[in-house]
Amino acid sequence: MSLLDYLRRKKKPTASVAKERLQIILAREHAGRHEPDYLPALKQELLDVVCKYVKVDLDDIKVNLENDGQCEILELNIVLPEHEAEPMAMAK
Amino acid sequence: MAKVIVVTSGKGGVGKTTSSASFATGLAMRGNKTVVIDFDVGLRNLDLIMGCERRVVYDFVNVLNQEASLKQALIKDKRCDNLYILPASQTRDKDALTEEGVERILNELKEDFDYIVCDSPAGIEKGAQMALFFADEALVVTNPEVSSVRDSDRILGILAAKSKRAIEGHEPIKEHLVITRYMPKRVDLGEMLSVEDVKELLSIPLLGVIPESESVLSASNSGVPVIHDDNSPSGQAYEDLVGRFMGEDIPMRFLDVEKVGLLKRIFGT
Repeated sequence: MSLLDYLRRKKKPTASVAKERLQIILAREHAGRHEPDYLPALKQELLDVVCKYVKVDLDDIKVNLENDGQCEILELNIVLPEHEAEPMAMAK
Repeated sequence: MAKVIVVTSGKGGVGKTTSSASFATGLAMRGNKTVVIDFDVGLRNLDLIMGCERRVVYDFVNVLNQEASLKQALIKDKRCDNLYILPASQTRDKDALTEEGVERILNELKEDFDYIVCDSPAGIEKGAQMALFFADEALVVTNPEVSSVRDSDRILGILAAKSKRAIEGHEPIKEHLVITRYMPKRVDLGEMLSVEDVKELLSIPLLGVIPESESVLSASNSGVPVIHDDNSPSGQAYEDLVGRFMGEDIPMRFLDVEKVGLLKRIFGT
């Protein structure tokens, strides 16, 4: 590395990246604050059931609880893997 | 009426105990009868920061278990007349912290003191929950750094949902933001979250900004709360913070990079 490069070397300003990431994660966590306590357990049990047939990750299951004025909507979204693997043995 | 103030953060190592020690000392120096309680059962440290570690006989858990009276356990600060310390125990008996027990002690302290400062342990377990449960006001200590900001946000959620005031539907806990280990130089370079960034992210009123300073380590080395160090920017920042808490109108300092003149650069301070 030449002397000029050394003098020009600058650390990347990362504070704005930190702020942006925090804004997103805090917003998500705030939304989660009002979720009922059973939601994580519900998610896990659903995952267990789905996993009996298709291999999916916990991240592939989105459970959303929305409050639409008078009624609450529980939305369940499961992303199945793109290329269907061989059907798993269903011995159990 | 005595006020209970919790010093909390969620994340460890951000300066809760340092802040508790200086905040309590500052309140006492202004003539308020103040007690500071270490809620970190099993990991006592406030005594070291306050420089009274060799005078601990009885502790918080002894009083909770009624093995000692409050009078026996309270340690009078050697530098401040109005200041007392209630140390945590070194045993891991976390179950000793019951809601009833803590409430009984706080009520007894309320009869004698103006301010009760609760130094919370890190985390969101029992100790931290008990430290904030009875609070009237909270100092949320935050470093300008992602994990600290996130944890502070989480603690704000707990203050708003799980404190006594929240559960009983009283007026919510009054929250104050305290930013510690602030480095204006790195903020200028865009390497560190600014005061404005943190304020915007947590959206609670700012009580004080404590700049990163070598004097904080020297202060803890010698067991003298940094607020006693009049020459230190951190000490002065804590002094300002206490003044603001008492309702004085004091502008923020140490937010900008200090301009160093040529002579100072050559000869130092």
